[in-house]
Amino acid sequence: MGKVSKSPWIMHYDGSSCNGCDIEVLACLTPVYDVERFGVINTGNPKHADILLITGGINTQNKAVVEQIYSQMPNPKVVVAVGICACNGGVFKECYNILGGADKVIPVDVYVPGCAARPESIIDGVVKGVEILQRKQDEAAKAGM
Amino acid sequence: MGKRSIVPFGPQHPVLPEPIHLDLVLEDEKVIEAIPSIGFIHRGLEKLIEKRDFNDYMYVIERICGICSFMHGMGYCEALERIFDVEIPDRSKYLRTIWCEMSRTHSHLLWLGLLADAFGFEALFYQCWRMREKILDMFEASTGGRVIFSVNKVGGVLKDMDKQMLESFVKEFDAMEEELKKLCDVFLTDITVISRLKNVGVLSKEDAITYGAVGPMMRASGIAIDTRKLGYAAYNDIDFKIITSNNCDSYARCEVRIGELFQSFDIIRKAVKQIPDGDIATTVKGNPNGEAFVRLEQPRGEAIFYIKANGTKYLDRARVRTPTFTNLAPLTKILQGCDYADVPILVLTIDPCVSCTER
Repeated sequence: MGKVSKSPWIMHYDGSSCNGCDIEVLACLTPVYDVERFGVINTGNPKHADILLITGGINTQNKAVVEQIYSQMPNPKVVVAVGICACNGGVFKECYNILGGADKVIPVDVYVPGCAARPESIIDGVVKGVEILQRKQDEAAKAGM
Repeated sequence: MGKRSIVPFGPQHPVLPEPIHLDLVLEDEKVIEAIPSIGFIHRGLEKLIEKRDFNDYMYVIERICGICSFMHGMGYCEALERIFDVEIPDRSKYLRTIWCEMSRTHSHLLWLGLLADAFGFEALFYQCWRMREKILDMFEASTGGRVIFSVNKVGGVLKDMDKQMLESFVKEFDAMEEELKKLCDVFLTDITVISRLKNVGVLSKEDAITYGAVGPMMRASGIAIDTRKLGYAAYNDIDFKIITSNNCDSYARCEVRIGELFQSFDIIRKAVKQIPDGDIATTVKGNPNGEAFVRLEQPRGEAIFYIKANGTKYLDRARVRTPTFTNLAPLTKILQGCDYADVPILVLTIDPCVSCTER
């Protein structure tokens, strides 16, 4: 990706995943994978976040929570759906409480496949997210916002 | 009496990797009552049994939880093996035991890391997770997956580990144990850690029984119950002592889990020494008919699997009672009267696995 244009702060929310992707997201932040070397910091506050990592499908209970977290993030923002459940519901697609992937309620920019998604692919997804974030920023600047 | 106020905790909270919601009734800085509400990760996968046949459902039940996924799959398979009334080969029992104990070590290391993170000791958090990655590498070498392995099947296991691999694992564990001793010393002797854990969240022995605590939570209150002693998999042939503590506080829970971490290394060593040669699975034919209960000890405590089959390839019922659900009641007890600042640590000391709880 060449030069890192921005050190993105990420926020992680567990939609309704099995925990597998969540611990892989955390594994990205800890030694061995250590994304902090790219300036990626995990924050617990949506108001500080640039990228939302969402794992697991959307269900009736957490729909409002996901919408609220997304609306609290400042513009420009990027959503990365981590794992097959966040992409389209995955193995739980036919469960009665699963509405589908994260894109049912919020716009998703990057889809990271896998069950569970591997840390390497999550990092790839975040890097892709940074590029999209940059593009959104440029577009906003051009529009004079 | 001070003014009462209600502070919501979760579902999205920096200390929680998973969503759970607590309504904390505060009086000044003291928590008077904690009211949990769950359901943010409810998927309804028990109902999915109607759409998947009993062999396919193994892959669904494994995804109840990504941390003890192996044990969920194993409990389900053991229950079906009891219904079929088949005896699986000894080698597969030992292989299951080894993977089980590896899951326990990785889960306890994960917990120790999250605990360190909760009281703001980031270096310790990173060290624990660095050690954990080594276990995940072993999982990947032996099963192909880092968190979800899918190596169980009704009648045994799908993959074998050769002698060379097992011995290399033991060597790795020996090296890890040395490093871990130093790390765990920090948890047990460091003054900052002790000041956050000692005499916080006391759950007396009587309360542990009344509220139905399970697993390390119960053993930290001085009750020696461990479902592994029932002798599923190869635990009958392996001698180990149940680790308990009489301190009943957060420190005791940390102590018990650290003890179990080293005990798991011992069990793996013994299992590798004793593992017999032979097949890794028996063929199971036909459809199950009947019902079975299986209890097994997960890192977080006792899990119960109930399977009811009707003679077709679709089961009638697959019910799982997971440890965290049972431990939520003791959690509401230990939160009563604690400081508001201690809430994140106390929530973590039960080792919450919300995706197990809500399925």
